[in-house]
Amino acid sequence: MALPNARQMRPVQRQVSGWGRYPRSQARLYRPEKIATLGRLIAAPPEGSLLARGLGRSYGDAALNSQGGTVLSSRLDRLLEFDPESGVLRAEAGVSFAEILRLFVPRGFFLPVTPGTQQVSLGGAIASDVHGKNHHLDGSLSRHLLSIELLDGQGRKLSLSPDRDAQAFHATAGGMGLTGFITSAAIRLRRIETAFISAERTRSRDLDETMQLLEEFDGRWRYTVAWLDTLAKGGSLGRGVVMGGEHARLDQLESRRRGRPLDLPARSTLSVPFDAPGLLLNPFSIRLFNQLYYRRAPARIQGELVDLRSFFHPLDALRDWNRLYGRRGFLQYQLVLPPCQSRPGLIEVLERFSQAGIPSFLSVLKRFGQEAGPLSFPCPGYTLTLDIPARLRSLEQFLDGIDRIIVRRGGRVYLAKDARLKPDAAEAMYPRLAQWLQVKQRLDPQGLFASDLSRRLDLGGSRR
Amino acid sequence: MKRVAVLGATSAMARALCREFAGRGDRLFLAARSREDLEAQASDLRLRYGVEVGTGLLRAEDRESHAPLIKEAIASLGGLDGVVLALGALGRQPEDSRRAGPAARLVDVNLTAPISLLTIAAERLEAQRSGFIVAFGSVAGDRGRQSNYAYGAAKAGLDVFMQGLRHRLEPMGIRVLTIKPGFVDTEMTWGLPGLFLVASPHRVAHTIAKTLEKRAGVLYVPGFWRYIMMIIRHIPSAIFHRSRL
Repeated sequence: MALPNARQMRPVQRQVSGWGRYPRSQARLYRPEKIATLGRLIAAPPEGSLLARGLGRSYGDAALNSQGGTVLSSRLDRLLEFDPESGVLRAEAGVSFAEILRLFVPRGFFLPVTPGTQQVSLGGAIASDVHGKNHHLDGSLSRHLLSIELLDGQGRKLSLSPDRDAQAFHATAGGMGLTGFITSAAIRLRRIETAFISAERTRSRDLDETMQLLEEFDGRWRYTVAWLDTLAKGGSLGRGVVMGGEHARLDQLESRRRGRPLDLPARSTLSVPFDAPGLLLNPFSIRLFNQLYYRRAPARIQGELVDLRSFFHPLDALRDWNRLYGRRGFLQYQLVLPPCQSRPGLIEVLERFSQAGIPSFLSVLKRFGQEAGPLSFPCPGYTLTLDIPARLRSLEQFLDGIDRIIVRRGGRVYLAKDARLKPDAAEAMYPRLAQWLQVKQRLDPQGLFASDLSRRLDLGGSRR
Repeated sequence: MKRVAVLGATSAMARALCREFAGRGDRLFLAARSREDLEAQASDLRLRYGVEVGTGLLRAEDRESHAPLIKEAIASLGGLDGVVLALGALGRQPEDSRRAGPAARLVDVNLTAPISLLTIAAERLEAQRSGFIVAFGSVAGDRGRQSNYAYGAAKAGLDVFMQGLRHRLEPMGIRVLTIKPGFVDTEMTWGLPGLFLVASPHRVAHTIAKTLEKRAGVLYVPGFWRYIMMIIRHIPSAIFHRSRL
């Protein structure tokens, strides 16, 4: 009996955006609940192009497809296999990092790599090849994947791994969802003894000291990051707070916690119930926050025990914090510069921001380790992340100028956060783009998988 | 710990209900059409809740396969404490209500197959004089409407069938509960224009599990649908026929 539901594929039309809420576009959203429904969507696409969308935490237009259909992965979120011996978890792409942590921290496992929020889907994290505070040691997410199941542009079901079609594997991890629909993946979780991080924090006086401390911390800690006071000028340029941490061992916990070392302390979350007036985060309030944050940080503190959530995902405690930037949204600009160009490049960029009086609420500096696939963002050197309110005038021109600095110095920006890069800059930043495009051509010759980002940056000819 | 067979287990509603049951430690047997979805859901439930989950292929159209399937479920579960029937399809409406072939197929999947499966399962529960039966009806079965009456007719039939089962089995302590979901956020309602107050499958599943502990009868979820349908049932035809509901 041909079941009548089979033919039913109505989209929901809705305005969507990335986490930065800029830009926004009208989407035609599909939300398959069964594997076969997804297969039919791809075999007989109701739209000219398709794009998978997880939790929409990329910042710009990477998860937008205003010219075609957007396929939500949220109902394909099943855990498929877990081996407590090896820590390998196989799960569908729609499962969130938050869900993985909720289920596996109590069993003594942590994500091998996590970005600054746990509200990302497994599929989205793979497509962006996310990195975390342990990149200098452990690399990006793709290094911890054993396999990826992909429905490619021809509707073929491919099983990719570093030794089975390595090219397609590395083009898909970091491939911004443009090689196909990631249906599931196997990821090796990290064994932990406790739900706590033993941390160290030190205040730094200027950029040189920040960089020197980061290098020193990288030798000692699995997790390192520096928060920068971007509004500091002159001799204080690049001052901040450098943090390092490692999973606490059982014997490091206070005795009252040792009985239940994997319990996370309860955390209350607040949410931002409405869009803040655009001027809440203005140069003055941002300067005030940055100054307070810097002054409140201790000169040096060691052996502090911080729970996993507070250490890795502090902003998740404030749901919808992106609304703080007002209705117009914000941009996040993340760059990386090769080691020899890092110091002069960072000074040049930070001075430009400082001169232009462009405030960044949160700015983060981190040293990267090894590079991964052709479109994967991280590569050796220093990475700097800046939040910028989108309402600022002449921002476009200003950031084009920053792009030129990055290109000249052989660096790149992170596509998962991008909303405005130009195609020629992207080509210069990603020298293996041509190689990636060849794989894209092989997996998706018709250009079925496309996004607003791929059209903006010419990442593989889309049908429309 | 209860031993529950879920027929049509991979729909969003049934999936949410499976998580609800597994969350309280029940042992489950899942039956549905797609082997791939069945296996994915079974491993998901095992990994999340550490419960035992068996699976079997459900071929609704093949009535000869129904008795062996229920037998397989009982063997896998080591007994049977409850049956959830979540089998069904809305089809493409209104077209499918207006063409003989599709309309008849809607009745097959929404009424004929459920009656066959529930009759076989009821026999077992009656013999052991304990257990429960939950089946998904629909508010569409409360009054025939131009927009989906073939589907509605099948669901109305299921409603009456469940009434009869309740009449027969209730005296021996077997709980028979009919669920009538309003708008729930699933594939069936996705993309339908003009929906309001759509409930999450998770909330609805929780309500069903709670209700099942307390009583039998008919359960509208969300609850206010009882009143909406009461009004719709009582609108005089003269007025009703002018609407496009």
